[in-house]
Amino acid sequence: MSPTAWGWLVLGFPLAGFLVNAFGWRVMRGRTAGWIATIAIGLAFVCAIGATVSLLGHSESDREVTSSLWTYASAAGLDIKIGILVDPLSAFMILVVSGVSTLIHLYSVAYLDSDRGYSRYFAYLNFFVFSMLLLVLAGNFVLLIIGWAFVGFASYALISFWYRRETATKAGMKAFVINVIGDVGLVLATFFIFRELGSFDYLTVFREVPQHFSTNSGVLIAICLLLLVGAFAKSAQLPLHTWLPDAMEGPTPVSALIHAATMVTAGVYLIARMYVLFEQAPTAADISAFIGLATLIFAATCALAVTDLKRIIAYSTISQIGYMIVGVSIGAYAAGMFQLMTHAFFKALLFMAAGSVISAMAGTQDINRMGGLRKAMPITSKLMIIGALALAAFPFMSGFFSKDEILGYAIHRGGFYVIFAIGGYFAALLTAFYAFRIIFRVFWGKPVPEAQELEHGHLAHAPPENPLTGEEEDTDVGFPGEEHHIAERDWPMWLAMSVLGFLSIFGGVVEIPGLDNVVENFLAGSFLDSKLYENLPTVAADWGGLALGGLISIVGISLAYFAYVRRPGTTAALIRRFGPLYKLFVNKWYFDELYDAVIYRPLLAVGRFCNDVVERVVVQGIVAAAVDVVRGVGVVVRGAQSGFVRAYALLLIGGFAALGLYFLIAAH
Amino acid sequence: MTVTWYVVLSAVLFAIGAGGVLIRRSPLVILLCLELMLNAGNLALVAFSRAHGNAEGQVFALIVMVVAACEVVVGLGLIVAMYRRRLTLNVDDMRSLKG
Amino acid sequence: MIYVAFFAGAIGAVGGAIAVIAMRNPFYSVLALVIHLVALAGLFLLLYAQFIAAAQIVVYAGAVMVLYVFVAAYVGAVEEPLWEPIPGQRFLAPMLAAALLVELAIAILGTGLSAIDSGGPTLPGGFGTPNQIGHLLLEQFLVVFEAASMLLLVAAVGAVTLAARSRKRDEPDRARETPA
Repeated sequence: MSPTAWGWLVLGFPLAGFLVNAFGWRVMRGRTAGWIATIAIGLAFVCAIGATVSLLGHSESDREVTSSLWTYASAAGLDIKIGILVDPLSAFMILVVSGVSTLIHLYSVAYLDSDRGYSRYFAYLNFFVFSMLLLVLAGNFVLLIIGWAFVGFASYALISFWYRRETATKAGMKAFVINVIGDVGLVLATFFIFRELGSFDYLTVFREVPQHFSTNSGVLIAICLLLLVGAFAKSAQLPLHTWLPDAMEGPTPVSALIHAATMVTAGVYLIARMYVLFEQAPTAADISAFIGLATLIFAATCALAVTDLKRIIAYSTISQIGYMIVGVSIGAYAAGMFQLMTHAFFKALLFMAAGSVISAMAGTQDINRMGGLRKAMPITSKLMIIGALALAAFPFMSGFFSKDEILGYAIHRGGFYVIFAIGGYFAALLTAFYAFRIIFRVFWGKPVPEAQELEHGHLAHAPPENPLTGEEEDTDVGFPGEEHHIAERDWPMWLAMSVLGFLSIFGGVVEIPGLDNVVENFLAGSFLDSKLYENLPTVAADWGGLALGGLISIVGISLAYFAYVRRPGTTAALIRRFGPLYKLFVNKWYFDELYDAVIYRPLLAVGRFCNDVVERVVVQGIVAAAVDVVRGVGVVVRGAQSGFVRAYALLLIGGFAALGLYFLIAAH
Repeated sequence: MTVTWYVVLSAVLFAIGAGGVLIRRSPLVILLCLELMLNAGNLALVAFSRAHGNAEGQVFALIVMVVAACEVVVGLGLIVAMYRRRLTLNVDDMRSLKG
Repeated sequence: MIYVAFFAGAIGAVGGAIAVIAMRNPFYSVLALVIHLVALAGLFLLLYAQFIAAAQIVVYAGAVMVLYVFVAAYVGAVEEPLWEPIPGQRFLAPMLAAALLVELAIAILGTGLSAIDSGGPTLPGGFGTPNQIGHLLLEQFLVVFEAASMLLLVAAVGAVTLAARSRKRDEPDRARETPA
């Protein structure tokens, strides 16, 4: 079968799973919906493998295969087809997306058992995977926008999944609004591209761009910046990042899937896909890289101070995506995509483990209340340590090979690009530190009461409440279910986590410098026209960068060990000493407050004004006036309906006389 | 003696009848004025029949007479019914059509 | 000679018409109409319409008017109030009637129809006799004739139904209509 036939199947299975779950939710009992969804995505993964294998059957320079189902619109110069593009880049993405999604679905089957909205969850989740695959497989800008928008909706639906929780619905709205800002950027960029080049189709556009635009032409930079707005909104980079920490209100598997492994990587994919435009407008690419750098340092600092377990991991995600953005902006496309893959593995693993920990703690997410869970949760703790090691880029883990390859490339490009390397290594130190901050705070130290209970084999229970505000809840539909599931007890959970753990350790073997370059070689088929792709550092330089990275990671982990295990109280002393700095970090650099004051409140005031003045006085006034005029005319005209027969006869004869007069005059 | 005289006379009679319908209030008298108008029409028909030498106009006038008779019959039946039911015989008092 | 006959008939007709609309007592109005009809019959005779004239006297003045007389007697005199409820009716009605008359007069007198200006063609013998009318009715206008008889039947049935007695003898069937 051709690659695109596999491609259509990859899209078809999740869509079918979504429809089955959406329409059949009433008749499904127990975990049926979960298994249906998982199998649907599993089949999609199999088809993704099929597509890749089929694509490898093509020669190296002929790996961009398109196929279109039907023409969506064909008028007035528009020619939009429902068409997909299967090339190495999209094949890589669908493998990662469907593979990690299968594991997360598997995990969710057990994690969300006893939730009253079980089938709805899996319907949304399947729909999300379908949308993400659509976004990645799109062969033209219109389908990209469609997939982009669907993914935004799915994210909203899943963040507000526990819809009776007010914090969750607010977070969902926030995410959606910021996503829409990104959508606007993307749509405007598409308009510009259409205006300049006259086509929406990827391959046509990419062929035309170098001929139509001069290097760094103003219009092209504008297009790229608009694309970046879209990318940054979706990937939660500065300044459009504020939605991601709040998005942790959704169920933990949702955080794992959408806000770690797949949706937030859409921005990275976009920049990599549009490499032709960015290489033709290097200024925009540099701007993108700088924003990525700023984000990754900013997020790392916040992760040092925040105390909610899921939010630490969320900031870590923002930071790691900053790495990927830097990677694809400076030309390290293969390294950036490789980092995307490994990050998906270990970040999903971290979230899954966090979910298990939160379950064990009966719903609490505050790490200040956690400690000493190592003995009570052997599986979870080991897997979480693996994830943290990968995150910290510990030597020979997968994260080690991916992250440090980006930084090595930055050094290799020289000039001012070295800044990215310096910033990157600094943030790597912070990353290692906060990764093990989590580990040591949660698993080391004196066991807290919940841990002690669990050691005796009894899972802790607490009255259901909102982990953020402490508000009381119940366990009916719209709130989390009453049972908590941990990896030690539910086989789908530890199976999924173990697979990810294995991949986090050994996922790096596909891209060892000097030994094999599987990812690089595979992706080359998508970057045939790139000037930067071939410009790779030497093996020795690569290993130099890797060694430096490994050293930094070990230093970071040791510092964390020292601060949390050897001399507990060090961090408290540091907080006292650097009070204002700590306050800045813990309040996330006051971004939320800034947006609240500058954007939200003024808009609210405008809205209120419009309602009070414009709506009530002007609009209603005009409408009421129109009604009154009509009514007045009606009253006047009604006078003719007096009920007197003789009056009617008078009108009759009067009309007849008038008619006669008209004809008399007309005859002359 | 041209036909014009007769047709003018018919117009005068018609106008008088129309004025009567509008002025009088008793249903009986209104019907009488309607008769006036119908007869004016008859006169015009017969005059034109004479002018064309065609007797079809007279047949038309005959049929008009028939129709007038029917209408009178029904109208008077209505008046009798109204009188029977103790309704006022004043056209102005029937205002159900008032809108 | 013919002028005298014409003016006699014309004055009778117009006088009768004015009397119809002017008389207070409806009974007098009915009588005035009878005079009007007889005058019209005379005019018909002048127009060589013998049969129509006869039918006018016998049917119209003889039967239909008698019907009117019966009902007028049954109903009795109606006191018409002096006050006019409809504003402007007293003024506009004569105006509009006069306007109608003027327009018709202009139309007739200004018309270019040649036939109207002449006395008419010489008529064949037997014009307007019952013989000729009968031939026309039964040969050329048979359908019309039959339809007219249908109409008469329907009218008769309708009149009987309308004026039929209610269940309770001579009691009001409905409440009086309230003046609006």
